[in-house]
Amino acid sequence: MTGNPQLGASGELRHLLSIEGLPRAILVHILDTARSFASVTEREIKKVPLLRGKSVFNLFFESSTRTRTTFEIAAKRLSADVVNLNVATSSQSKGETLLDTVANLAAMHADLFVVRHATSGAPHLIARHVAPEIHVINAGDGRHAHPTQALLDMFTIRHFKGDFSRLKVAIVGDVLHSRVARSEIHALTTLGVPEVRVVGPRTLIPTQVEKLGVHVHHDMATGLKDVDVVMMLRLQNERMNGALLPSAQEYFKWYGLTPARLALAASDAIVMHPGPMNRGVEIDSAVADGAQSVILPQVTFGIAVRMAVMAIVAGN
Amino acid sequence: MSLPDAEALLQQLAAAMRGEVDRGTALIGIHSGGVWVAERLHGMLGLELPLGVLDVAFYRDDFECRGLKTGVKPSAIPFEVQGRDIVLVDDVLYTGRTIRAALNVLFDYGRPARVRLAALVDRGGRELPIDAAFVGGVMQVAGTDSVVLGLGAGGRLSLSLTGSDSDG
Repeated sequence: MTGNPQLGASGELRHLLSIEGLPRAILVHILDTARSFASVTEREIKKVPLLRGKSVFNLFFESSTRTRTTFEIAAKRLSADVVNLNVATSSQSKGETLLDTVANLAAMHADLFVVRHATSGAPHLIARHVAPEIHVINAGDGRHAHPTQALLDMFTIRHFKGDFSRLKVAIVGDVLHSRVARSEIHALTTLGVPEVRVVGPRTLIPTQVEKLGVHVHHDMATGLKDVDVVMMLRLQNERMNGALLPSAQEYFKWYGLTPARLALAASDAIVMHPGPMNRGVEIDSAVADGAQSVILPQVTFGIAVRMAVMAIVAGN
Repeated sequence: MSLPDAEALLQQLAAAMRGEVDRGTALIGIHSGGVWVAERLHGMLGLELPLGVLDVAFYRDDFECRGLKTGVKPSAIPFEVQGRDIVLVDDVLYTGRTIRAALNVLFDYGRPARVRLAALVDRGGRELPIDAAFVGGVMQVAGTDSVVLGLGAGGRLSLSLTGSDSDG
């Protein structure tokens, strides 16, 4: 295998598996196309005929409401037929291998797989084994990547801030376990954001993360100072009771995004969160529901961005 | 071969439309050359309704073989399409496939009372039963060439020929 497994012979995007290794031009093409799809979603008739006759299989080996639903809406607005599979509750539990499951669905004439899996690399494995006319989109794999979340966040930032070239962006929280954080860092640096910070306790920041081109802060006061964008991460409940963190209350005390902490950021800073939120753990309700929050627009933009990704890969 | 002056064709196109459009008529330009022509016509004809713009990329019939190229622009129709008298404006009318796609986009906004087509240049070569109500001029062009509208300094329009085939 040569080069990036996501790209075809002439550099076109055939699968979306990770932001890492994608050229800026492809990210910009997706964001520009999404802007046109956003204009479609404002119409009375919100569908376009692009993927008429195509079958999109949502293969979720790990549960998700928001991501699966927005992929489903996006596929339907492209006029594709959509099949949702919660594989966690079906044949895999009877012992079928991942590739056998995919081979069976391909035999039902699938054109595009949207895959979420708890194991890092599962979408790559599928992409390597499907027939050349089948496309794969990673909807989140293990701790590795969540590329469409990063893209919809880039779309949101561009919508509210216009341009990436002068921004300071802080990614706050459990960077260590976050596939979202990894994808965000690659997207932000690829699009030319000059200052990307990660903010969190030492136990939740990966060692050597600086090698990705980010600045590390363990203190919210310095981490949030003058930033234009605050990207909160979800603190997963299972991390709270182990050795990594003393308690949810303690975490909120030091790293929760409160109105007072947000006041350290630029006065027009936006607050983002990929959901689902833990109110009172990583974010205060006054911030989540406040004037600087763009958390619900993120969800809306997610549909247009996923339409763009599906249409671009399906056409290549 | 010498190409006609696009500015002269624009004058002829406006002359053909004068008296055939009124204050209830709306112009919609097709990206990107059609938008430039529509912007000029809008001023020349003194129309009141704001200009609409359409990109047909999501409705093209060659998505299977071409995919989605870069440069897709958002469509914006800042008026009610339902019951409206509409003139679609494009730069070069050729196979008619772009117009077929544009009609499909348009009808996803509503049911217009009437749709007519204005083209700066009609180069023949239709592959669909589509015709323009208003044309600036007619050209004979080899099927391997494409006619391209350019926007120069001060908004001046000009035509050029390129060797690769197009499907406008």
